[in-house]
Amino acid sequence: MSDEAYLDCAASAPLRAEALAAMLPYLTEHHGNPSGSHAVARRARQGLEESRDMVAEICGADPHGVVFTSGGTEADNLAVRGVTAARGGVPICLATEHHAILDPVVASGGHVVRVRDDGIADFEHLRNLVRSHADICLVSIMAVNNETGVVQPLGELATMVRDARPDVVIHTDAVQAAHWLDLREVYAHVDAMSLAGHKFGGPKGSGVLIVRDGTELAPQILGGGQEHERRSGTQNVAAAVGFAAALQVTDQRRSVEGARIAAFRATLESVLTEADNVVATVDGTTGVPGICHLTMLGVESEAVLVALEQRGVMAAAASSCASGALQSSHVLGAMGRSDEEAAGALRLSLAFSSTPEEVAHALEVIPDVVLAMSSTGALA
Amino acid sequence: MKVMVAMSGGVDSSVAAALLVKEGHDVTGVTLKLWGGDSDSGCCSVSDVDDARRVAQQLDIDHFVFNFGADFDAHVVDPYVNDHLAGRTPNPCIECNRHLKFDRLLDRADILGYEILATGHHVRVASTQDGPRLARAVDTEKDQSYVLHMLDTKVISRCVFPVGSMTKAEVRDHAERLGLRTAHKAESQDVCFITRSDGREAFLSARTSLTPGVVVDTAGRQVSTVASVELVTIGQRRGLGLGGPGDRTFAIDVDVPAARVTVGTAAELERHGVELRNHVWAADPVLGPVLVQVSAHGEPVAGVIDGAGNVIWSTPQPRVAPGQSVVFYADDIVLGGAIAV
Repeated sequence: MSDEAYLDCAASAPLRAEALAAMLPYLTEHHGNPSGSHAVARRARQGLEESRDMVAEICGADPHGVVFTSGGTEADNLAVRGVTAARGGVPICLATEHHAILDPVVASGGHVVRVRDDGIADFEHLRNLVRSHADICLVSIMAVNNETGVVQPLGELATMVRDARPDVVIHTDAVQAAHWLDLREVYAHVDAMSLAGHKFGGPKGSGVLIVRDGTELAPQILGGGQEHERRSGTQNVAAAVGFAAALQVTDQRRSVEGARIAAFRATLESVLTEADNVVATVDGTTGVPGICHLTMLGVESEAVLVALEQRGVMAAAASSCASGALQSSHVLGAMGRSDEEAAGALRLSLAFSSTPEEVAHALEVIPDVVLAMSSTGALA
Repeated sequence: MKVMVAMSGGVDSSVAAALLVKEGHDVTGVTLKLWGGDSDSGCCSVSDVDDARRVAQQLDIDHFVFNFGADFDAHVVDPYVNDHLAGRTPNPCIECNRHLKFDRLLDRADILGYEILATGHHVRVASTQDGPRLARAVDTEKDQSYVLHMLDTKVISRCVFPVGSMTKAEVRDHAERLGLRTAHKAESQDVCFITRSDGREAFLSARTSLTPGVVVDTAGRQVSTVASVELVTIGQRRGLGLGGPGDRTFAIDVDVPAARVTVGTAAELERHGVELRNHVWAADPVLGPVLVQVSAHGEPVAGVIDGAGNVIWSTPQPRVAPGQSVVFYADDIVLGGAIAV
C-alpha cells in the first residue's frame, strides 16, 4: 500500500519521462540561440521547429499559427490583449474562466458571461451580449474548467456566437483539456487556443497560443520579433521540445489513459460521497476524467488539506492568492454556490501518472479526515 | 511536541520558530492572511508571507498560509469602524489577538493535532502557585502583555512565547547568526489595515460617512470645528483647530450623535476612576489594589478595582478614552483587563 497520493495533477502533473529525455540534449549540447545562423544555432532551431510541427499536427493547426509562450497564462493574455489591441473593442469570457483570462478581460473593459448552476455557460446571456454589444472583438470560452472539470459545449457555443457575430475571434483556454480531449476537435471550433505544458507531462514554463491564419494579434512582448513577430524573446527551446514530446505521448495514449483515470475518478466520487456531508459539486460524468470535485458541507477545506497532507495526500481546493492563501472560489460563486459550500471545496485531480495505490490510499485517508474534521467542531 | 508557530514574517516569530526547532520540537509554521486590502505596515502583505515562508524553508519546517480574512473583517475591521461611529477608540490589535490568533488559530491547531501554539510576542509565561500566568517580557520596551492580556490560564497553558525572555537585540543577533532574511527587518508598528499614505480618515471615509463637528469649551462656547468628529480621541491635543505648540487644551469629551467635541484643561481631563465593561480574567476576578495600564506603551499606575469591577485611581489620571483596553497587573503578572466605558 502506498503511503502517498499526489492528487493535485491539475495544478501540475509530473514530467513525462519522454519529455525529459527529449529536453536533455537542449539543456546540454544544443545550447545555441535558435535565431542565430551558424550550425550550433541551427541545431537549436531545428528542435524548436520540429516541436512546432508536432504541436500543429496534434492540434490540426498550421505550424505558422503555433506561438510558443512561457505558459498558459501568457498564452491567455496574448490572446485577450493581443486581439483586443489589434482589433479594438472589448473581449468577453465566462464567469468561471481562469484568472489568466478573467483578469485581462475585465482589465480590458470586457464583459463576463453568466454560467448555470451546473457550470455550463448561460447560452441566452452569451447570445444577448454578443448581439447587443457591437464592439465585442473576442469571445473566450474555456474548454474545461480548472476547478470543477466541467466541459463546456464549445461547438454549440461557438456556432451560436458565429451565427450572431461572424466577425468575432473565438478563443478557448484549453489548458485543462489537453490531457483529456482530442485537441483537433477542440481547435476545430475556435480561432485561437491556449495550452500549458505542465498540465499533461511537459515542463513548467512551456505553453502555446495557436491562432488561425488571418487572426489579428498584436504582440504583447516587444523586442527581437521572434515567433513571427508575435512574441519576442529568445525561445526556451528545451521547454518547447519538452512540451511537444509530452503532447505527443498524451495524444497517443489519451483514450487509454482517459478510460483508466475515469474509472479512478468514478471510484473516488462514489466512495467519498458516501459520507453524509460530502457531495459531488457537479455531475462528475459531465466532466473530464482527471478532476473529482467535492463539496464537504460544514467542513473547512483549508484545515482538511493540511490534515490530508499530514497523512500523505496532496490535494487542493480553490486557487490561491499571491500570498499562497486559499481564496474563495469565484468559479463556485459564479455557479451560485454559497460561501459555506465554497469553503468546503475539495479538488482531487489525477493524471497519466496516477496509480491504483494512490487512489486506495486516498480512499483510506480522506473519509477519516473528513469525519474527524466534521466531529471536532470545525464547522464553517 | 507538535508545535504550531504563528509566523508573521517578522524577526521575532522567525526566531521563535528557530528556537523551537533547536529544542527538538516538531514545528510547523503558519502565516495568517488576515487583511485583503492595501497594507504597508502590517503582517500579511505578500512580502511578509514570502519572508515567513523563506524562513520556514531555511529552518526546514512545513509552512502553511491560512486565510482568516472573513473572520478578521467580522471581528476586527467591522468593529473598528463601528467603534469610531460610536465615538469609541478601538484597539484592533487586541481584538485580532482575542478573536484570531488565540481563538481561531488555536482551534485550527487543535483540530490538526498540535499541542502547542507559539508566537513571537514579547511576553513571558510565569509559573505561579495559581498556575501559569502571562507576564511582562524581559525587554520592557518591547513588552506586549497589554495586547495579550485576554489570554486566560487555559489558553496560556497551551502557548509558548520563546522570545519573551530575550531582548530585541538578542533576537536580532540570533536571527543574524542563523542567516535568516528577517534579521534586520523593520518592525511593524501601526494598524495593519491602515496605510501610512492614506491614513485612518481615508479608510473610514471609504466605509462610512464621517461627521463634521463643533469644538466647544466646558462652558459650551464654540471655539473651533473639526472635519470628522469620529476621528477625535479623548486626550487629543492636535488637530482640533486650536492654539499652536504649547497649547494646553485637550479633547475631554466626544459626543458623536451631537457632533460635538468638548475641550478643556489637563485638570478638566482628569478623572478619579474609570468605568469598565467586558472584563476578562487570567483566572478568578480580582478586587483591590492593582497596577493599571491603559495603553500599549503606557506606564502602569496604581489603582483599586472596586466591587463593581471599575478602577478607582490612587491619584487622578487623564480620562481613558471609551473603547480603550485597561489592563490589571500585580507587579509583572497580568491579572486581567476590561474595556473603558
